[in-house]
Amino acid sequence: MPQVIGVPRETAAGEKRVATVPEVVEKLIKLGFKVAVESGAGDAANFSDDVYRAAGAEIIEGAATLWAASDIVFKVRGPSAEEIGLMREGGTLVSFIWPAQNPELLKQLAAKKATVLAMDSVPRISRAQKLDALSSMANIAGYRAVIEAAHHFGRFFTGQITAAGKVPPAKVFVIGAGVAGLAAIGTASGLGAIVRANDTRPEVGDQVKSMGGEFVTVDYTEEGSGVGGYAKVMSEGFLKAQAAVFAKQAKEVDIIITTALIPGRPAPKLITAEMVKSMKPGSVIVDMAAEQGGNCELTVPHQVTVKYGVTIIGYSDLPSRLSKQSSTLYATNLFRLAEELCKTKDGVINVNMEDEVLRGTTVVKEGNITWPPPAPKLSAAPPAAARPAAVPAKAQGGHGKSGAPASGTSTAITFLIAAGLFWFIGYSAPGAFLAHFTVFVLGCFVGYMVVWNVTPALHTPLMSVTNAISSIIAIGALVQIAPPLEGGLAPGDWIRGLAVAGIALTAINMIGGFAVTRRMLEMFRK
Amino acid sequence: MSEGVAAVSYIGATILFILSLGGLSNPESSRRGNLYGMIGMTIAVLATVFGPRVTPAGYPWIIGCMVVGGSIGLYAARTVKMTQMPELVALMHSLVGLAAMLVGYANYIDPAASFHLIDGKSIPLTEAEKAIHEIEIYIGILIGAVTFSGSIIAFGKLSGKIGGKPMLLPGRHWLNLAGLLIVIYFGREFLHAESVNTGMTALIVMSVIALLFGIHMVMAIGGADMPVVISMLNSYSGWAAAATGFMLSNDLLIVTGALVGSSGAILSYIMCRAMNRHFISVIAGGFGTGGGTPAVASGGAQPAGEVNPILAAETAELLREAKSVIIVPGYGMAVAQAQHTVYEITKHLREKGVNVRFGIHPVAGRMPGHMNVLLAEAKVPYDIVFEMDELNEDFPTTDVAMVIGANDIVNPSAQDDPTSPIAGMPVLEVWKAKTSIVMKRSMASGYAGVDNPLFYKDNNRMLFGDAKKMLDEVLVALKA
Repeated sequence: MPQVIGVPRETAAGEKRVATVPEVVEKLIKLGFKVAVESGAGDAANFSDDVYRAAGAEIIEGAATLWAASDIVFKVRGPSAEEIGLMREGGTLVSFIWPAQNPELLKQLAAKKATVLAMDSVPRISRAQKLDALSSMANIAGYRAVIEAAHHFGRFFTGQITAAGKVPPAKVFVIGAGVAGLAAIGTASGLGAIVRANDTRPEVGDQVKSMGGEFVTVDYTEEGSGVGGYAKVMSEGFLKAQAAVFAKQAKEVDIIITTALIPGRPAPKLITAEMVKSMKPGSVIVDMAAEQGGNCELTVPHQVTVKYGVTIIGYSDLPSRLSKQSSTLYATNLFRLAEELCKTKDGVINVNMEDEVLRGTTVVKEGNITWPPPAPKLSAAPPAAARPAAVPAKAQGGHGKSGAPASGTSTAITFLIAAGLFWFIGYSAPGAFLAHFTVFVLGCFVGYMVVWNVTPALHTPLMSVTNAISSIIAIGALVQIAPPLEGGLAPGDWIRGLAVAGIALTAINMIGGFAVTRRMLEMFRK
Repeated sequence: MSEGVAAVSYIGATILFILSLGGLSNPESSRRGNLYGMIGMTIAVLATVFGPRVTPAGYPWIIGCMVVGGSIGLYAARTVKMTQMPELVALMHSLVGLAAMLVGYANYIDPAASFHLIDGKSIPLTEAEKAIHEIEIYIGILIGAVTFSGSIIAFGKLSGKIGGKPMLLPGRHWLNLAGLLIVIYFGREFLHAESVNTGMTALIVMSVIALLFGIHMVMAIGGADMPVVISMLNSYSGWAAAATGFMLSNDLLIVTGALVGSSGAILSYIMCRAMNRHFISVIAGGFGTGGGTPAVASGGAQPAGEVNPILAAETAELLREAKSVIIVPGYGMAVAQAQHTVYEITKHLREKGVNVRFGIHPVAGRMPGHMNVLLAEAKVPYDIVFEMDELNEDFPTTDVAMVIGANDIVNPSAQDDPTSPIAGMPVLEVWKAKTSIVMKRSMASGYAGVDNPLFYKDNNRMLFGDAKKMLDEVLVALKA
């Protein structure tokens, strides 16, 4: 029995997005689901009921009917109290939840025995990128932030020299180079502005540069990367140094776009009233963290205000202002999640809590609050350090293999064994053998030193040349074929036969080995 | 030629051999290195032939053998295809092993071997010297036999005459241990043997066990571990020569054997490190069956999703629009003999100003440096061929990473999935490139038997088909 995915109309004021688009409806149906869309759900995003119907969705009048008919509800914003009331007991809900900020909401959903997947809680690992709705929304928000700024800014972004005079380029300062920040940098530099950016995480410097921005560093050493690629709370000393940088930038730039967020905490106050005062009249601040309290002290959430001649934009619905784009991307993220949930493609979801992605995303499972999830694993496990080769000093093989420094104990043990071995040999072997043994050990070490220098590209020629050289064993056969014997004794036929075979075999090896090495080396050219 | 001159010649030959290996440190000096090796070998052989240990009665035999063997060797060296290099090397190792066995046997039955030869006079060996001499024979034959049979099996596996799958006998470690104990027991018997005949029995029993051990050892090793096996056998052939040197009290053989032996051992070590595996575990064999099962059984790590297949024309399109391309070749390229077409494509792209480079994983192919040789054969300049460590960091800034017939060496689960049998093995991070294209005949897994999540990544495209054929089509499309 295929499950029904219901998509209600968003009820939050000013929300224009919708959780699915016709294109995605088709894909969901291919996964085996039935899709029901509330009448008028897509209107604000320019998707009419007819288009949804054409894509195969059922159009249902009224929120109550829709919620009742749906096994799974896809939404953008978290449900209102009213909507929770409409929700089916034991149903599944997928939307933004912000569990850290809304513990009450979680409790209410849990009381409904619901299973809730929060699109804001998707773990930040490579595999989950395709369902990372935060990133796709942030991308749109960053773009829109620049457009809003341009709208309120009284000048061109790009510098021009016209017959009517010279126009200086706008200077934009972006704080926080996450997805939104980077999108803002790209958009602003695309419009021709001079863009600078700052972030507490030094490793994003290259990304800023790649988007056309200049990375402004704070001269204070502290690593700002937290878990999962987000920023973390910084120390006081750092904050002071950072404030000095921002104050300086505020005096110079025309537009500031702030995107600084720390997961699960109020946004850090980075732009003080003083800094706003120091800005040129007509400047614009876009505070993308307005919903979490704002990065600027003077931000009024959801509104545009003018303070000290500076326009401060505190919109919290930037993605919604590009509703068609954001709906499409969000719907695709939801579809990717549906794929993860329904690997069997039979239209029945399975919230597999063993799966790292689904585990992280699920905040309520059948009435039990499962948020917060266990800490994410690092996506790239550091390669295990090369194991020290503490091979006991066997007569063969032990000498060549100690490339990495061995640990203290194993080195000591190796030395002890080697010493014991050497003592035994020295004690029991006659002098003639010891002379050869000396030569042997030294030979091993010479080989060890020489071969490490061989470039890896030449490993095959190395093998074939060593192979050719090892046919030096021919000497063993040569000295047996016709040795000078006392009394004119000829060597036995057996010995001669063996020696002849030995010489012939090694000759193949000797001449063939050198020839093939030569042939290979001829090919290595610049 | 007097004893003194012969000894000095041997020293000269030793130095030349060391210089020969040293010359391989870079491609420019490598040809000279090979020349040193040849000169060294010539000196060593001539000094022996004209030295005090060989009488003119042997000359016809020697010349005959040399001519016959040499012609066979030369013929093989001329005609071998570069893709068959690993087989040839394995076969040659077996010859060294066999020669070491023969020399050992001959030495044992030679009555003259139990005397010192000093200033033309024979002096009997002391009791301890005799014991040591016999141990040397015994060990020399042992190593020779293992090298011989092991190399033959390696040759069979590489040339496809024997399946690549590891053959695992039940209780194989116990079998090996039992073999070792028997070898030690017969070693005692051999030392206490009254006559050559009784000693011979022990020697033959030991040889048979050593041969079986060599077969068993290599049979248990999977195809992906072949680079390790080949370099290990290379090492053994060196130790066999060194043991023969001890047997004959010949320092040249000892030094040369030690050089070759340690060279092979280092190569094995490098190969093991490239696979993040312990030498012992490779030798113990059974890769992809013992350690691999838990991951498969749990099913949690199975990558899922759809692969994105593309056509040759689209591949050409991607390549044409790219600014930088990294090509990652694997054994599949060798099998399809595609290296020449790869170079044609490379040349074409480079003329268009595309930065094309090659990324070589240390264990790509079936022997150390295999890919380098193939690319060199196709005349790819070696300064655009890089080792894994040299360009692994460049993938994020690369537009297209093209994987030709490689699988395990580009498997991201080596980094992401701690339960994967290849976890921790350093891999080429092709998935970090803007687009990666994998050329493969089918969705079958690589030698390690591990599924590859790379194929399911969003930025990955699959170009199915024979590498040579597909690349030819790509080339045509590029030139169009």
